[in-house]
Amino acid sequence: MKLDQTLPPDLKIVHVREGRIDAACAIDFKEAMREQLEGLDRRVMLDLTQVGFIDSSGLGAVVAVRKMLGPDRVLELAGLTPAVEKVFRLTRMDSVFPIHPQLPADLRDAV
Amino acid sequence: MPYDRGMSLIRIVLPATPLAVRETLSRLFDPPDGVDLPEALHSKAQIVLAEVLNNIVEHAYATYAGDIDLCCEFDDKGLNVLITDRGLPLPLSGLPAGNDPMEDPGDDLPEGGFGWFLIRTLAEDLNYDRTEGSNRLRFRVVPDTIA
Repeated sequence: MKLDQTLPPDLKIVHVREGRIDAACAIDFKEAMREQLEGLDRRVMLDLTQVGFIDSSGLGAVVAVRKMLGPDRVLELAGLTPAVEKVFRLTRMDSVFPIHPQLPADLRDAV
Repeated sequence: MPYDRGMSLIRIVLPATPLAVRETLSRLFDPPDGVDLPEALHSKAQIVLAEVLNNIVEHAYATYAGDIDLCCEFDDKGLNVLITDRGLPLPLSGLPAGNDPMEDPGDDLPEGGFGWFLIRTLAEDLNYDRTEGSNRLRFRVVPDTIA
C-alpha cells in the first residue's frame, strides 16, 4: 500500500497512491494508515484523487481509520472519483465524513 | 482468460482470490481496454460485480479453493450477468436480505455489512439457484431511470 504525505500548517494530508482500496488491500491500508497517524494531533485529510474504485471492504477500512482518530477528531476526505463517491453516497457514509471536492487550492499542483 | 473487447459477451474464469477479483475488475472496467459504458452505469456495474465476486471468495470458498466463472453480456440497456462457482451453497434462507447497516447502527459506525446492501440496491432481477454442486447467480444492472 503506497501512501505519501503532505504537511501544510496544522494539517496532514495522506495521499493514497493506489488505484483501488479493495478486499485485497484493506488490511494493508489500515496498517499503513495506523503508522501514518501514530502520535499525530493535527487534522487529517485523506486524498483519494488517484483511487478509482473502493469496495465494501475498503469502505470498512476507511471507517476503521476514522475510529483510530478517536471521538474528538474526524477523518476528512478529498478528491473522490465517481465510483468512490457513489459508494459513499449509497451507504450514506457521505454524511459521516467531511468531504472536500478537491484538495486545498495551493496544494493541487504540488502533489 | 478469454476476453474479447469487440464482443458484447465476455467470459472470464478466475481463481477465487481477492487479487484475481481485483485483476478481473481492472480488465473489465479500467481504461484503455475496459468496457465503454456511460459513467453512471460503469460505476454501478463495477460496484455490484466487486461485491458479488468478493462474497464468493470470502464465503463460498471459505474452506477450499476453486474458480469463479463470470459471464457478462453488455449492451446499451445495461448488462446481464451469470456467475457460477462450485463453492459452498448459500444458507437455505437464500440470498441475504441486505439490510442497510446504517439504518440502526447503534453507538458504533458499521465497518461491514455493506456488500449485500449495495448488491440489493444496485442489481435487478437477482436469481440464485444451486444445481449439482454449483451456485448460479444471475442478475441485471441497468442505467438509473431519470425521473
